[in-house]
Amino acid sequence: MSAAAAPVRESVLSLTGINKRFGAVQALTDVTMEVGAGEVVALVGDNGAGKSTLVKVISGVYQPDEGDITFAGRKVHVSGPSEAQALGIATVFQDLALCDNLDVVANLFLGQEKRRGGLIDEVEMEKESWRLLRTLSAKIPSVRIPIAGLSGGQRQTVAIARSLIGNPKVVMLDEPTAALGVAQTAEVLNLVERLRENGLGVILISHNMADVQAVSDRIVVLRLGRNAAEFVTKETSTSELVAAITGASDNVVTARAARTQSKGEQA
Amino acid sequence: MSEVKTDGTASAIAADASDERLIRSQGLAGAVSAFLNRVRGGELGMIPVIVGLVVIAIVFQLNEPTFLSSRNLVSIMQFAAPVGVISLGIVLVLLLGEIDLSVGSVSGFSAASMAVLMDSHGWSLIPALIVGMLVGTAIGCLYSVLFVWVGVPSFVFSLAGLLAFQGALLYVLGDKGTVVLPQDSGLRSFARDKFLSDGQAYVLLVIIVAAYLAVNLMTIRRRKAAGLTPPSLVAVLIKAGLLLVGLGFLTYYLGIDRGWSYLPVLFALLVFLMDLALRRTTWGRHVFAVGGNEEAARRSGIKVPAIYASVFALCSTFAALGGILIAGQLTSVSQSSGTTDTNLTAIAAAVIGGTSLFGGRGSAWSAMLGIIVLQAIQSGLNLMNVDSSIRFIVTGAVLLLAVAIDSVSRKARTSSGRG
Repeated sequence: MSAAAAPVRESVLSLTGINKRFGAVQALTDVTMEVGAGEVVALVGDNGAGKSTLVKVISGVYQPDEGDITFAGRKVHVSGPSEAQALGIATVFQDLALCDNLDVVANLFLGQEKRRGGLIDEVEMEKESWRLLRTLSAKIPSVRIPIAGLSGGQRQTVAIARSLIGNPKVVMLDEPTAALGVAQTAEVLNLVERLRENGLGVILISHNMADVQAVSDRIVVLRLGRNAAEFVTKETSTSELVAAITGASDNVVTARAARTQSKGEQA
Repeated sequence: MSEVKTDGTASAIAADASDERLIRSQGLAGAVSAFLNRVRGGELGMIPVIVGLVVIAIVFQLNEPTFLSSRNLVSIMQFAAPVGVISLGIVLVLLLGEIDLSVGSVSGFSAASMAVLMDSHGWSLIPALIVGMLVGTAIGCLYSVLFVWVGVPSFVFSLAGLLAFQGALLYVLGDKGTVVLPQDSGLRSFARDKFLSDGQAYVLLVIIVAAYLAVNLMTIRRRKAAGLTPPSLVAVLIKAGLLLVGLGFLTYYLGIDRGWSYLPVLFALLVFLMDLALRRTTWGRHVFAVGGNEEAARRSGIKVPAIYASVFALCSTFAALGGILIAGQLTSVSQSSGTTDTNLTAIAAAVIGGTSLFGGRGSAWSAMLGIIVLQAIQSGLNLMNVDSSIRFIVTGAVLLLAVAIDSVSRKARTSSGRG
């Protein structure tokens, strides 16, 4: 299956043979993953599958014990979150980390304000904010209201828009739809498609199979810290996916099937 | 993506007004209705303080006809300024959601250090004053180390500082108890006898209004050029007019007595600079960010410890400067300098002026408004010969009222989605 899934596009970010160990726990074993430009790769797996660890390795929070990270054709060593950002790997964490008391413009440019003669250039920043939000076809009524006044989907939009400020090549979204309603989820999924149209590589971490199947091009399944399977989204079904996530050989369904079969043999 | 390249300049509607859900507020009527909406949403800003000032003025004027006299207003402003400087530092600390209870002691200790250097060691004013302020800065740096590296809560280390630096004040003063500033030191005359001449005051006034107009007109032009809704020209002109008339009348009225003293002018300048720093520099933006959501600030690459350190250092430096100005005003430093109610007045002023105790919300101007309210109350009660016991009770009640207003408007903000 992975042969079929080999990306036709040029790869932006590729991980090979990633190992990460915490004390007695081998969190990641020989994990391999690849993201191309203009491609949405979903990263799925059950709790404890190693998704978060992998995200943190990519975003520079953790350093892998072994394995290579190749970014834009160059082998890189990501030693911290700011370095990942400087390289062009943007991460939108689940708790969006926005400042409620600041307005949308201030949040978008937080830490990288535009300046003019030593002072903050509000006009330029506001103009740039609107341009950015338009490229995402995002629905934000005003960029001058505090974040506290926005809905969950709008906050997610702001967080995603913010990750695009430094012109990244890869954007990683950690459970972007976890706390959202139906319409807001659709809005965020539109946003993900927009990122793809703009030629960005997107890594989407999600528990929601429907979302994953709706927007992703490929699905990478992790199980117990290993690559369990890799699918081309169009060619896979939900049950296949679930089987890969839970481990087809030892889930409840197969266990039951095996039991009835052995009973039949005895009879 | 390509369709957006027009940047809104080609479209008839400004980029920020194109969302159909946005209630458009353009022109003068728009400015007024937007303002009313903000108030309803709990964004009270300076309104409670200004209402409070009007009430105070009416109540005391009815009881004591000299309250609103030029002479009394001049003295209110002159006595408000030094504690106001201390309060300015408190505003900064409150913006981070922290507190500094030791500003009074620090102000006394710094002033005493300066006075002793001048009196016993024969230093001249400027070096002694610089050392005095550096004492404040050093204390702020010590606080920063305690807060950032050791992790002591600000309430605790500043409470410790309150006691320790009061002790340090007594130690520095030694058995003399009181150090009188030398007669010829410029500080005394600066804090007591220097006033702007009428000509100077009016020239300054014109410069301020012209600068206000110029900045706003430039903003309008730049926003238009960028394809964004410009603020209403009429509203800007009206505000500039009000500023001109208001400040002009105040200048005229104060001029009946001695006019603008140097102290309030210095204080206003500091407030203006601090307001500029808070709203228009990256440092100020980061102070608000840390006060609003420290984790978000950290992830945005803001050096959070540096922000804390700068704020604690600035707060103690302002406290030192305030203490030095008070010393100049009283011509001496005594064992009671900064110990009585300086501390709580400075903190209360910041809160009364509208800076939230919960961090991330406030303005440098709140120090000015708050201290004027408190000084007006004090002056009014003094004129009425009310005992200081009543004064403390009234000040306490006003503080409680201010915090209650803050809490209520916080609720209104939550329910109207303004956080």
